[in-house]
Amino acid sequence: MTADDRTVPARHADPLAPGRELRVLERVERSRRRKARVREELITLAHGAGGKATRNLVEAVFLESFRNPLLEPLGDGAVAGELAFTTDAFVVTPLFFPGGDIGDLAVNGTVNDLAMCGARPAYLSAGFILEEGFPVADLRRVVASMASAARAAGVDIVTGDTKVVPRGKADGCYVTTAGVGVVDPGVRLGASAVRPGDLVVVSGPIGEHGVTIMLARGGLDLEADLVSDTLPLNGLVARLLDTCPAGRVRCLRDATRGGVATVLNEIAEASGAAVVLDEDAVPVRPAVRGACELLGIDPLHVACEGRMVAVLARDCADAALAAMRGHPHGAGATVIGRIADDPPGLVLLKTAFGGTRIVDVLVGDPLPRIC
Amino acid sequence: MRFVDEYRDADTARALAARIEALCEPGRAYKFMEVCGGHTHTIYKHGLEDHLPEAVTLVHGPGCPVCVIPMGRVDDAIHIAEQPDVIMTSFGDMTRVPGGRGSFQDATARGADIRMVYSPLDALKVARDNPDKRVVFMAIGFETTAPSTAMTVLRAEAERICNFSVFCNHVTIIPAIKAILDSPDLRLDGFIGPGHVSTVIGCRPYDFVARDYGKPLVVAGFEPLDVLDSIHRNLVQLARGRAAVENQYARVVPWDGNRKALAVINEVMEPRPHFEWRGLGFISHSALQMRERYAAFDAERIFQIPGGRVADPQACQCGEVLKGVLKPWECKVFGTACTPETPIGTCMVSSEGACAAYYNFGRFSRARVREATRT
Ligand code: SF4
Repeated sequence: MTADDRTVPARHADPLAPGRELRVLERVERSRRRKARVREELITLAHGAGGKATRNLVEAVFLESFRNPLLEPLGDGAVAGELAFTTDAFVVTPLFFPGGDIGDLAVNGTVNDLAMCGARPAYLSAGFILEEGFPVADLRRVVASMASAARAAGVDIVTGDTKVVPRGKADGCYVTTAGVGVVDPGVRLGASAVRPGDLVVVSGPIGEHGVTIMLARGGLDLEADLVSDTLPLNGLVARLLDTCPAGRVRCLRDATRGGVATVLNEIAEASGAAVVLDEDAVPVRPAVRGACELLGIDPLHVACEGRMVAVLARDCADAALAAMRGHPHGAGATVIGRIADDPPGLVLLKTAFGGTRIVDVLVGDPLPRIC
Repeated sequence: MRFVDEYRDADTARALAARIEALCEPGRAYKFMEVCGGHTHTIYKHGLEDHLPEAVTLVHGPGCPVCVIPMGRVDDAIHIAEQPDVIMTSFGDMTRVPGGRGSFQDATARGADIRMVYSPLDALKVARDNPDKRVVFMAIGFETTAPSTAMTVLRAEAERICNFSVFCNHVTIIPAIKAILDSPDLRLDGFIGPGHVSTVIGCRPYDFVARDYGKPLVVAGFEPLDVLDSIHRNLVQLARGRAAVENQYARVVPWDGNRKALAVINEVMEPRPHFEWRGLGFISHSALQMRERYAAFDAERIFQIPGGRVADPQACQCGEVLKGVLKPWECKVFGTACTPETPIGTCMVSSEGACAAYYNFGRFSRARVREATRT
């Protein structure tokens, strides 16, 4: 008998079963860490969902060909010396939704990716792919939102490109943005800095963008007083980094496609630590929770466009939380869990019901084209 | 969401768990089957097993609508979807169910127009909006969803929407429970009875479980406290040496079911002589087909479907898992060749499937975690 065999309760008729189960679990984790492969011959919507299929595609196709030390960490952006650089593409439908439009998303998305690298965003580019027949008035609206989002975030859009494709070859308007920012010396964020004992914080209630888009598409017979959470997070990040001594903010991630669950899984995997969440502590507005219950979706899997996950050293957590709460974009900041050492690479949730379960990354795509 | 929290309270759960433990005879092991995939999902999603004493084991049953769809039917649906001018519609759960020639997701990538809908009425709307297309709804599910399919057919007839049809794959729960009870591999002490199905069929059809097989069956709701309560009531019956059908979910399930819903099903559909269940093989009178009178809305009559039987992949042990004979992790390909992204069997696809529930929610050592929280 191994030590593991003894710690497992005899919940099985077969006395050897517990040891066998552990061995199976180990085999499963090993196989999850195997090199990513894309077995499909054609791209499916799942490849764009931000979950496992996206990850496989990125690792097996893009990383495989582009491999270099800056790309390898697969963070929100690349950091070279003092320079942070990132890019993002936006295909959301509908283009206009409560609380924002594709324009806000495109600016905030790139601003936030830079902020998550610990950078102060400076300049953005904007590319437009327009479908023949797209109303100029709509384009003006999108561009006006981009201008005001850029102003709010304190960045300039300094270069761009426009392409038009024949009717039916695109859906109205797609936007891409890229951005550069400056990282202060001494700021180094990343999942590898995460340590057992650290605390996991979110900057506000989760899942509002995703549920808003879902409801805006109609066909659900559901109405709720919800708006997208799209926000620039650079001001909040600057305040956080100013408050905490160097190295105490371990890692920042914005919880976009795939939601908080996906971000936490990436952190767990990259750091080899466990993330243990407390379900009661995860802030979810009643309208989001209600819609998720009805649709059978976990709010932890729903995209946010203005919320971040921060992993903080415990000794600076109080000051950090106070600083975040004092900022308008972090008023709802709260601790949702902690970093532990076992089980390595997994995200566990203590349920409100008093049980424990895993929180995995999303498989498949309940909701294509969310950003 | 107070109405939900009330059924998820950890303190109430602990109190109930203590009573469950007290009811277990020392040295005796208990096995209860939750028939319905919705219960399997609840159990894993809330970590309910953490409240159970070691003597109680839960066995996952066949009541997952997506899990029981055989490969051949998926192929048939894809064949229909690939006919000219067809829009195939189904529930999102079907998207990744593997057939012999891949899943809906793969067929969509090849060019088929397959859309996800939330209800058959949504599918009917697609038909209304696309009069030059032939819109087919792939209907799946137990008696739970059959009434809305039937209602939709009646609506289509009333509105004379001629470009709408149903590819009917509805199954019925009672023959499946019988098949489980007759399976020699499994010794069960009682059942956590299906909740949603029972809102339609009521509790009477389960009488034979208690009468002929001497097992308790407690129809349960879908909140974790409902399931725990159902286990408790099973144990109370066993302690008293009784076997009866009980209704824990009376706030939703009427004892006699929903006659109107049953009448609608009966108007539009009739039992099939045979239907193949994934992993369980052919079970007679276990599924529904469209009646002759509604032939105009029956995709199986409108389209030439291959109707072939496709053998399950060699490695697949879904049958054993659906019958509760194997735990998900005991399948040889669990979590290695068969994962939610690359499912070999159906139980790994649906959120109600036992393999997916275990993989997504339960893939860790409870004992190790318990140890860790204690220290
Ligand atoms: S692991 Fe896959 S093949 Fe095995 S029983 Fe589960 S779903 Fe079927």
